[in-house]
Formats: sequence, structure tokens, C-alpha cells
Amino acid sequence: MLQHHDKIERNSIILLILTVVVISIGGLVEIAPLFRLETTIEKVEGMRPYTPLELAGAKIYKREGCYGCHSQQVRVLRDEVERYGHYSIAAESMYDYPFQWGSKRTGPDLARIGGKYSDEWHTRHLINPRDVVPESIMPGYKFLTENDAKIAGIADDMEVLRKIGVPYTDEMIQNGVSDAVIQASTERESEKLIQRYGKKVNVRDFDGNPQRVSEMDALVAYLQMLGTLVDFTKFEPLTIKEFNEMNAKIDNKQQQKSNENKNAK
Amino acid sequence: MTSTHNTSSAVDYNYDILKLFTLAATFWGIFGFFAGVLIASQMAFPILNLNLEYTSFGRLRPLHTSAVIFAFGGNVLFASSLFVVQRTSASRLWGSDSLHKFIFWGYQAFIVIAALGYIFGVTQAKEYAEPEWYADLLLLPVWISYFIVFIMTLRNRKEPHIYVANWFFLAFIVTVAILHIVNNLSIPLRIDSTQSYPLFGGVQSAMIQWWYGHNAVGFFLTAGFIGIMYYFVPKRANRPVYSYRLSILHFWSLIFIYIWAGPHHLHYTSLPDWVQNLGMTFSIMLWMPSWGGMINGMMTLSGAWDKLRTDPVLRFLITAVAFYGMSTFEGPLMSIKSVNALSHYTDWTIGHVHSGALGWVALISFGALYHIVPILWGKKELYSTKLVNTHFWLATVGIVLYIVAMWISGISQGLMWRTYNDMGNLQYSFIDVLRASHPLYVVRALGGLLFLGGACVMAYNFYKTINDKTTSNQLI
Repeated sequence: MLQHHDKIERNSIILLILTVVVISIGGLVEIAPLFRLETTIEKVEGMRPYTPLELAGAKIYKREGCYGCHSQQVRVLRDEVERYGHYSIAAESMYDYPFQWGSKRTGPDLARIGGKYSDEWHTRHLINPRDVVPESIMPGYKFLTENDAKIAGIADDMEVLRKIGVPYTDEMIQNGVSDAVIQASTERESEKLIQRYGKKVNVRDFDGNPQRVSEMDALVAYLQMLGTLVDFTKFEPLTIKEFNEMNAKIDNKQQQKSNENKNAK
Repeated sequence: MTSTHNTSSAVDYNYDILKLFTLAATFWGIFGFFAGVLIASQMAFPILNLNLEYTSFGRLRPLHTSAVIFAFGGNVLFASSLFVVQRTSASRLWGSDSLHKFIFWGYQAFIVIAALGYIFGVTQAKEYAEPEWYADLLLLPVWISYFIVFIMTLRNRKEPHIYVANWFFLAFIVTVAILHIVNNLSIPLRIDSTQSYPLFGGVQSAMIQWWYGHNAVGFFLTAGFIGIMYYFVPKRANRPVYSYRLSILHFWSLIFIYIWAGPHHLHYTSLPDWVQNLGMTFSIMLWMPSWGGMINGMMTLSGAWDKLRTDPVLRFLITAVAFYGMSTFEGPLMSIKSVNALSHYTDWTIGHVHSGALGWVALISFGALYHIVPILWGKKELYSTKLVNTHFWLATVGIVLYIVAMWISGISQGLMWRTYNDMGNLQYSFIDVLRASHPLYVVRALGGLLFLGGACVMAYNFYKTINDKTTSNQLI
């Protein structure tokens, strides 16, 4: 071994090439198969792209670095399921670019925060957390009530997201700005918005100030949606047997395809 | 190969750019430690968030992590790798002065642009990969230039063999380039927009992000600094590296195994189980090469242990290697799924990271900087060895306070979150657990403050050393 190594350490190019080969293997093995979406991401009912207002909220969530202290990932552990609700599944974050699972819980998990507290609680909590939770160490975000939500360019976001895999329709994108305004108000006709995004969409004035669509509206709309989309009454985790059958089916399909290709040639 | 390098040759080494990197490392170190103390204090006393968007914890946290990892650590790596590659190859740094200046100023610009972005809320929202697309693009030519300068200097070497420190530096440079490119593939919202969306979402983005994230640790904070260890420990102890065979084994197994370890950040999540199990298996295997490297560094001192008493710079280097051994034992332990069930999401992880970052990365950096500053500025010795010793104890006590506080806080969190009462209900609300952490957050901030104080002592020592008129122009 030492003799062979002598050659490597006398030639910087060989050393370089071997290094690249050695460091590539692990990543390829672990990452490439994950793009076989049939087995990585469950088929569920209820997942939909975020509404324009929720999307604006998700952008604020990222901008403020909320993921530094809050996870969005309930692990498959008894105490977590009891504290936060059903464990998270991959399908629930399929429209998150990038994922927001987090890595630290200085504050509680938010994967299922939607619907657990009132809009008023969220607004007061975000303005000054210690008004509702005296021991909280979270920063205050009063400025969210003072800033208008940046929804004018939201169609651009939807356009880019569609390119990378979020199924926004032309209609959704064309109505992006108006849908955002409609969702944050009780006085406008919201039938079309609900047609596009489903019955579960929360339509109301989230921050208690009907005069404007604020960043607070957007963030609270996002939080109130989190973890509520998937219909867990219809979700059954696959058994190992079903999983294997599904894999076999996919393999067969691929086999057929490659056979067809061969025949065509 | 096994002997430390003969440096009595008449090569005219290029130290100009190294001086800049050294000064930048010192500046960014203090800046980054200060940011750390600030956000640690915010967690103890939330009023320090000042209710301003620009100073809230969420925006300052990436400022701290980027400043210490990329600004402090990065500048240390530039300075030491470009020092070592010249000295061990007996050849002058390749490339023109303007190319070197481009690398230096380009890198500083990357840091400043990224940091300003965080304060104004511009972020990719991926931990340790927060800089947005335009900053990422700027880093690319800088890094490629660095790679070219490094490898060309290596190719011009007068020595037949490439010294082991350079294997690690090379692996660090190349791997970080690959990680950076893949993890930052994204589409800008508009060409005039500071914001972008990544090509990967959901579970795939989670895996790619932690493949990147863990190997930022593995290659930026480990392989690079192992390179520092392999040069500066033997040099300072004036002994050959303990085992040549072990260095070969250490190098190849470390770089092969590290790449697989990422999924241990995602145990029990919606990432498929098979990937989690692979990640755990390789993380445990990683213990072996890590300790192989630690033993190789530590045992280099055999026959010269007495030097630890007289040379505080060597004490920095060896204590760093000891902390490296400790955190690379703790890491595999925490990657075991059942341990991770308790430790993940808690302050234990924060403590673990800092035993590596403060104990290993920063201490070995201080050791290397103390070694090269007198050489770069042509001084016989440092202004004050006593102050090096003061720094050593401030830093060490600071680290111990920090990690012990985080162990207690983290393990308490993990245990309290899963405690059930007699009725079979969860015993503690989330806020009960947070309240228990408060005194430990105060202790942690104090530990950080001591560590910061130590770095200021170092800066003062450098200032006096560089400006000392009496001993200049000494050839080392």
C-alpha cells in the first residue's frame, strides 16, 4: 500500500482526481435515489401550493430566520406526537423551497401550529411575545404590523416556483395579487380564491386592521395554514408489504419502458 | 516525509498577502465572537433584541455563524494553507500580486455583502448557506483562483513528495467548491432581485442541505484545520509526525466517510429510513479516522511533552487536538438514533458544535496565528509569551463554561420534553422547560465573554509584536 501511495503523493493531479472520486461516492448514493419521488413522497389528499398571501408569509418566515429557533418537523416519537400532533410526512413540505424543518427548538415546533391559537393571539404574540407568554425569550416583531405585505411582485415568485416544481396554474398566477388582497379581507368576493385553493383556505382580516394588507396578515395567514393541509383521516402509512409491491410496480414500469425503447430502436 | 520540513532554504516566500489574511482573521474573529456573545445574551435577556428588525436574533444568528466559520475560519485557512504550501514545497506562492489581492479582497467582499444581506433580511434560509445567489456567484471565481494558486504552487514544488498537510488542504478546497456549487443551485426571482429559489425543495432539499451542512463541518472545519495540525504541531514541537502510515489511513478514510454522515441531522424525520440508517452507520464509523488523526497529532509530542510547560503556543495546538478528540467522540454518540431522539433540537447540539468550534477550530487557529505572526513580520518572537498564556486560560475557561452549561441545558430539555406524569400526560409545558434553561443561558454568555476577552488579548499582542521596532528583520 505504501509503495502505491508513493505515486499518489508525488503527483498532485492524481491526488486531486482520486480525492474527487472518493468524496463523490457517499453523496451520490444518498442523494440520487431520493429523486424517485414515488417512494420518497407519500400520495396524500389535501396538499396544495400556498396561496399568494401564505407565500408572502412564508417569505417573511424565512427572512426573519424563524427556522433558527423553530422546527417544522414532528418526529415519529411518542412525546412529540402528543405534544404537537401527527408526525410530519414528506408530502407536507414538498412545496417548501427550501425545506423549513429547522434544527433547534428554542421555541416549540410549528409544523402543526395552524388553527391552534386565534389570529388575535398570534398578532399580540408577534408584537410582543411577553404580553401573552411572560417567560418567552422570542424577539418582538411589531414592525410587521407597520409594513405592507410585499404582494405586488408575488406573481414572479409563483412563476419561478412553477418552473421548479410547484403546480401553480396560469389562473393562479394571473390572479396572484388580487387573491392575496382578497384573502386578507372579509368584504370581498372570495369564491374564486376558494375555487382555486380549496375550501380550507382561511379568508379573513388576520391582523385586526382591515385598512391594509400588512406583513402581519401574511405571516399569520401562513402560520394558521401550517400543518392543516393534509387530510390525515385518509392517510395510511404504507406497510412494508405495500411498499415493496409499489417498488416492484415501479421497477416493472421502468423495465417495460426500456424494453419499448429497445423495440423502437 | 516523516520529518518536518527543512526550512533553511533560500526561497523568497511571498508573505504579503498572508499578512492581510492574518489581520483579517484577527478582526473577523473578534467580530464573530462579539456577535456570538450578543446573541447568547439575547437568549438570556430578550430585551437585547431591541425590538428592531435589524437586530433580532433571527437575523443576527447567521451573522454570527458566518462571521466565525467563513470570515474567521476562512481567513485563518487562507493564511495558513498558503503559508504551509510555500514552506513545505520550498517554492514561492504562484501567481501575480493582483491575483492574490483579488482572492483577498474578493473574499472579504463576499463576507461583507453576505453579512449586510442578513441584517436586511436577505437570506436563502439554509443554515450555513444563507448568502444569496449574487454573493454565492461572487465567491465562485475567488475560490477557483484560490484553488489554482494553491495547486500551481504545489506543482512548482522542489520537494518530490507532497506533504500530508497539503493533502488535507487540497481536499478541503476541492470539496468545499463542490458542496458550494451543488447546494446553491437556484433561480433568481428576477435578475434585479436579491432573492432566489433553490432548485430543490422539501425532503430533497433537506438531504442536500445537510449533505452540505455536515461537510462544511467535515471539510471546512475539519480537513482544513487538520492540515493546520499536520504542519504546526510537528513544527512547534520540533518532532516528526508520529506515524506516516496513520496519516495515509487517516486521510483517505476521513474524506471517504465524512461525506456520508449528513443524514444524522435528520433522524426520525420524513427523510426515508434507509438514508437515516446509512448516515448513522457512517457517522459511527467516522469515530475511527477522527481518533486516528487525533492520536497522530497528539503522539507527535512523544519525547517532547515537556515543551507544553514552556510553550503556550504549543499548548494551544495540543489542547485543540484534545478538544477535537472529545467532540469527535461526542459526535458519533449523538448520531446514534436513540441518543439523537433525546439530543436533537436541544442545546446539547449547540454545546457539541461549540466544543468543536471553540475548542478545536479556534484554539488551533490561535496556535497557528501565534506561530506565523512573528515570521510574517520578520520578528524574533511574540511581544509577550505571558499574554499568550493569559489568552489560553481565558479561552479554555470560557469554553468549559460554555459547553458544560449547554450539556446541562440540553440534556434537561431532552429529558423534560419526554417526561410523563402519573396520569400518563406530558409533565412539562414547553415554557416550563425554557424557564429551566435561563440560568444556563447566562452562564453560556459569560463563557463566551471570556473567550472574546481572550481574543482581544491576542489582538493586542499582535499589535505590539508587529509594531515592535527592536527586533525587526530577523530571519526565521
